[in-house]
Amino acid sequence: MANICTLTEAIGEFLHDGDTVAMEGFTHLIPHAAAHEMIRQKRRDLTLVRMTPDLIYDQLIGMGCAKRLVFSWGGNPGVGSLHRFRDAVEKGWPHPLEIEEHSHAALANAYVAGASGLPFAVLRGYAGSDLPKHNPRIKFINCPFTGEQLAAVPSLRPDVAVIHAQKADRKGNVLIWGIVGVQKEAVLASKRAIVTVEEVVDSLDADPNACVLPHWVISAVAVVPKGAHPSYAHGYYDRDNRFYTAWDAISRERDSFTAWMERHVLATMDWEAYRKLLSETGGTA
Amino acid sequence: MADYTTSEMMTVAAARMLGNGTVCFVGIGLPSTAANLARLTHAPESVLIYESGPIGTKPNVLPLSIGDGELATTADTVVSTPEIFRYWLQGGRIDVGFLGGAQIDRYANLNTTVIGPYDKPKVRLPGAGGAPEIAAMAGEVLIIMNQNTRAFVDKLDFVTTAGHLDGGDARKRAGLPGKGPTAVITDLCIMRPDAETRELVVTDLHPGVTADQVREKTGWDVRFANDVVETMVPTPNELTVLRALLKRTAEAHGSAS
Repeated sequence: MANICTLTEAIGEFLHDGDTVAMEGFTHLIPHAAAHEMIRQKRRDLTLVRMTPDLIYDQLIGMGCAKRLVFSWGGNPGVGSLHRFRDAVEKGWPHPLEIEEHSHAALANAYVAGASGLPFAVLRGYAGSDLPKHNPRIKFINCPFTGEQLAAVPSLRPDVAVIHAQKADRKGNVLIWGIVGVQKEAVLASKRAIVTVEEVVDSLDADPNACVLPHWVISAVAVVPKGAHPSYAHGYYDRDNRFYTAWDAISRERDSFTAWMERHVLATMDWEAYRKLLSETGGTA
Repeated sequence: MADYTTSEMMTVAAARMLGNGTVCFVGIGLPSTAANLARLTHAPESVLIYESGPIGTKPNVLPLSIGDGELATTADTVVSTPEIFRYWLQGGRIDVGFLGGAQIDRYANLNTTVIGPYDKPKVRLPGAGGAPEIAAMAGEVLIIMNQNTRAFVDKLDFVTTAGHLDGGDARKRAGLPGKGPTAVITDLCIMRPDAETRELVVTDLHPGVTADQVREKTGWDVRFANDVVETMVPTPNELTVLRALLKRTAEAHGSAS
């Protein structure tokens, strides 16, 4: 049975310095509250894995939590650059960041291979691209039956997966719907899994083919309403496009970024306190 | 004075390339605008697929991100990200990949990774996303980009996504299944690959655009077809539908139109 606890407890118990952490959510259900708690608890030397590093990884990188990033597309969706990610890669601030760069297809396959207990993933990919020249973890193999050349990447086996979902029942079974991305694969590929949810209910009332993660593959479930903001939770709240636009200005300079993070994240006790402050400041102060 | 903008001309010209009934894998931004314009005008039976998982999506407003809820609620079905890339793209079910890019060269190779050296980039761009495999696997690829010398360059710093590589039968030799880019639609013109060399050649000029203007905005010595034609101006219906779509989108996303 999954441990139903506070987010502070979940991160404290199950996510450690030096861990490889996969935080997934394909523009939907992005675990923002969990990222803030990792920053509050000052996790260090993390290897961060994510197909689409966006605001949460910009924040973790800028606050010095990451030593390595495994990714396939890093931007502020619909807005532009991730300034903290760029500053780390281009200028080594706050410290140099190692990167392992892939395509979406390769990382999606690497999660499937991890969840399947296989050492590597095989795909028809990367042909003609310069990525394999710069990433030694992309290799090519030949099909043992036809001889066709195919790409191979190591499976992803993170220490911890962190995701946000719509709801859990009292045992900790988790239901997720809408754009489900690669969350199920990330959870099943990882040794431990932390899930934040909008609410806990008596019964999930899920259809037989719904995407349900059984409680026994999850380490901890924490109830964090609006825990994906400024991303959205289908059926609960919409994407806060204005915050994504505001983040461009907040994160552009090191000083404005650091001041914002200190005030909004380090100086707040938890997500609820952060949300309260944000509603007072409009998020741009 | 034309009663439409160069940006509208580009979007309309790109939308016309998408045939009715086509299964199209859509990139975010300009490709998404053009693909939805096609769906709302001459191609109502086209099937739009986004890499976040929606299949057969019919958004009433354009998505700001690749995974907006609007794409999920208006789709025939929503599948996981691995399924999109494995069953639908790699499985060979996509007719057209519709892409944008930061930089392009004369063989329609795309760079969305870095400006400058990879290990010490001058500008770190977002990266590959789904593009390398979309461009590899789709039956053909359409590219839509604003034309200027920073984007249309003689040599890419990084080939993120293979177009026609170094030309000729290079795609075949590299084992790339699809036909690759068949047209590049810009705010000035349409380019198509030469049948033999696969180098991009200007085949259509948008109304009022001169060959010299295209040369000025291209970072290589760009070639023109012998029989360059003029792009048909946007029809009143195309403009009405496009403007209404953009207006709805601006209102929905809370930004000024």
